Amino acid sequence: MNTLKILRDLFHYNKEFAAGLLIVLVVLAIAACSFFSPYPPLDVYVVPPDMPPSWEYPFGTTSRGQDVFWQLTFAVRNTLLFGIVVAVISRVISLCVGLVSGYRGGWIDRLLMSINDTFVVIPLFPILVLFYFIMRDQMTWAMLAIIVSLLGWAYDARLIRSIAMSLRTREFTRQAVFSGMGTGRIVWQEHLPFVLPIVFSTTLNNINWSIGIEVTLSVLGFTDINTPTIGGMIYWANQHTALVSGVWWWVTFPIAIVVLLFIGLFLLAISMNEYIDPRSRLSRLGGPS
Amino acid sequence: MKSNLLDVEHVSKVFSGRGLFSRRVKHAVQDVSFSLDADRPEVFTIIGESGSGKSTLAGMILNTLRPTNGHIRFAGRDLAYIRSRKDRLAFMSRVQAIFQNPFEAFNPLKPVDRYLFMAAEVFAGCRTKEARETRVDDALHKVGLSLAEVGGRYPHEMSGGQLQRIAIARALVSNPALIVADEPVSMIDASLRMTVINLFRMLRDELGVSIIYITHDLATAYYISDRLIIMQGGKVVEAGDARQILAAPQHPYSLRLREAVLSVDGAWRGSRLDVDALESSS
Amino acid sequence: MTFQPATASGNVEAAYSTPVLSVDALKAYYRLKLFGIEREVRAVDDLTFEIGRNEIYGLAGESSSGKSTLIRTIARAIRPPLAVEAGSVRFNFSDGTRDMYRLSPQELAGIRWKRLSYIMQGSMSVLNPVRRIKHSFIDFAMPHVPEKGAAFFDRIGRHLEKLHLDRSVLNAFPHELSGGMRQRVTIALATVCGPEFIIADEPTTALDVIVQKGVLAMLREIQRELGSSVLFVTHDMAVHANLTDRLGIMYAGRLVEEGWTRDLFRRPLHPYTRHLISSLPQIGDDTPKKGLEGSPPNLAAPPSGCRFHPRCPLAVDICRRQAPPMVTVTPGRRVACHVVTADPGLSAPAMEEARP
Repeated sequence: MNTLKILRDLFHYNKEFAAGLLIVLVVLAIAACSFFSPYPPLDVYVVPPDMPPSWEYPFGTTSRGQDVFWQLTFAVRNTLLFGIVVAVISRVISLCVGLVSGYRGGWIDRLLMSINDTFVVIPLFPILVLFYFIMRDQMTWAMLAIIVSLLGWAYDARLIRSIAMSLRTREFTRQAVFSGMGTGRIVWQEHLPFVLPIVFSTTLNNINWSIGIEVTLSVLGFTDINTPTIGGMIYWANQHTALVSGVWWWVTFPIAIVVLLFIGLFLLAISMNEYIDPRSRLSRLGGPS
Repeated sequence: MKSNLLDVEHVSKVFSGRGLFSRRVKHAVQDVSFSLDADRPEVFTIIGESGSGKSTLAGMILNTLRPTNGHIRFAGRDLAYIRSRKDRLAFMSRVQAIFQNPFEAFNPLKPVDRYLFMAAEVFAGCRTKEARETRVDDALHKVGLSLAEVGGRYPHEMSGGQLQRIAIARALVSNPALIVADEPVSMIDASLRMTVINLFRMLRDELGVSIIYITHDLATAYYISDRLIIMQGGKVVEAGDARQILAAPQHPYSLRLREAVLSVDGAWRGSRLDVDALESSS
Repeated sequence: MTFQPATASGNVEAAYSTPVLSVDALKAYYRLKLFGIEREVRAVDDLTFEIGRNEIYGLAGESSSGKSTLIRTIARAIRPPLAVEAGSVRFNFSDGTRDMYRLSPQELAGIRWKRLSYIMQGSMSVLNPVRRIKHSFIDFAMPHVPEKGAAFFDRIGRHLEKLHLDRSVLNAFPHELSGGMRQRVTIALATVCGPEFIIADEPTTALDVIVQKGVLAMLREIQRELGSSVLFVTHDMAVHANLTDRLGIMYAGRLVEEGWTRDLFRRPLHPYTRHLISSLPQIGDDTPKKGLEGSPPNLAAPPSGCRFHPRCPLAVDICRRQAPPMVTVTPGRRVACHVVTADPGLSAPAMEEARP
């Protein structure tokens, strides 16, 4: 299927998709701007502090003498990167676990699902805070990303497993077996397309979720506060009691951007999901609905 | 002495339900025996209604279920000894299956020729694209279709009859000796049914393939079967030459079955639907 | 109306009464519009027929004939993207004529189950699997009958007996009954209020052969007793031969032939009907049978002119250009075929010669 044509169709006919795409593109553009920043992200007092938004400083400046706009570009870039990395790693894990478990059944299924359920009930926050306290300085972004993705696959693995289980009993799976296809081939080539819609929408949700975690952790100061992220900006704003001292722009703009990103991803998720879903794909092709 | 194509010897299958307080036991198949001759391809029909065990028996012949008792031998070799993937593939290349629902038998998101190419690769050892295409086209021609017509098309673009023929072509790619067809035409339109049924005849006469035809439809069974068995509640109640049995059934169940078949002739000879038939059934 | 020949069941009354159902030039299309792709599926395309009182009218058709859409349209159980484009569906019940598509929702609810009822293919789509059978009766039937309480259950019980079902069935759950019994319960549900018109949509298709015969017999008994008219839809020609008084054959959204069942089987005129009947395998019949060539029509892009022409052995030039009108060739028999209406004396041997 021609992806470009699909995207174009979606853009023309689905308002949610168009809106979501535009929003996400705007956020991505902001992130891209970070490569053109005149100020290195970690430098402080490079501009006059506490300046309200104006033509010279479109989003104002912080109490630490940083331009809010340029800080934001780095913040968005890092936060997004984090979210995407976590989403990708956890998708891969949940796909492998869910598909194999659902198709094979038996003891493999039981084993994998026990592990899965353990991860589901782990209380997220306390564990993350615990890790921070244990690891302190070694808690880099990469480490955090790995830990969060290890905590984020369990829910969706079960979802994928249930789809895999229903696919196992379908007639075309039997035919595939009688055509000589092995487990790996069947799962990868026959079942994966059915599972993709779920995977896609959960990916976008997962990005939202992991960004949410990152922001929360950063606001509380439990992360590497030297790498600028959205949460980090809010943390520093709080440290300098920005809201009380009237420097509202330091807090508002990061929050506004992150909310915008959430909305954009959400709109994309719901609109694309409808398109990719196998059943609606079929009825569009003119077959039996 | 040459071994038979298929020997089903006193085969039984018992399913035990797993309840906390009860152990419900279901005798799906009880002591079924028959043999298929290797030298004389035939259409062997298994007739039964739902719950008769016919599909369970088919599953055992296809080696997807293990019998609880008894043996099934294909070309002299007991199915129970098929363990490795290599053995299983070897068996599958000789014994193929066709299922009831042609619409469900294909992945709706993929083109229909997919399984044909897969079978060519795995069973016929075709390594190059040309070899696979030749083999697939060959098989399609046997069922009256061609790769040009069918290639790249999706299941929803085709009729039930065509899909079932493609499924048969897929089964033929490996040059099987035996095809097990479980209710292959019950979900196809009446006007397209006979094309598929006639195909079975052709498979037996021209390609030397034996067919185990499983159905509840006595009329089509009469049309193409050589021998048949009638199953009820897991047991075989009557067995023998197809024409003989259907023309003059002996067992009471067979008689009831025969009588229940609605004939078109009867309509204008004034025979009536009567309620007595219901008394003796569920 | 002139005298009509008696049918297999000896039902002659239907000939003389006013029709219970009049379908006039009915067109019902699906209009799909997704992502810039527009598709118009002409599932019911200009259908006109009548069903008389106390008669069982069979509708035969295969997949993509449009028969399922037709019955939903008649029962007014349709939703967008399916909509009636033209024509009307009129019922002449004992208390007056009703145009189905001019009724208000309350009036519709008033006639459902009481005057018009529906027997569906799967009994499980009607019976709630988690409630006992009696609740289904309470939900469906109680609003429409005057009896309440014990008198109500008495009436239900007597009705069930007509279908050879014991009253204890009321206290059972659907899964505790066999398929045949469930289907009989569905028939009981549909007939307990004494409707004047029953639509039966493949009611016995999923049943075993032995059970099917009994259920059909039961259906006929109930019909005779209530004097209702039945629109019986199935693809199984043998069922039509044994049950129906008159028969209509549908192909690609159109009616191609209609007539008294016995007559139709003796002397089918339309090439499609002839194929349907001659290709039926029968026990004791050793003649070779053939399948129909070609594929079922695509209702979104049907063939031009006569929709059957790509698969018809008799097709001539006009068949490709012009859709044949439904013509009454003999009293009680209508056919839509250019070749047949030009020469109604066409007999079976002659048709074999006409094959190109």
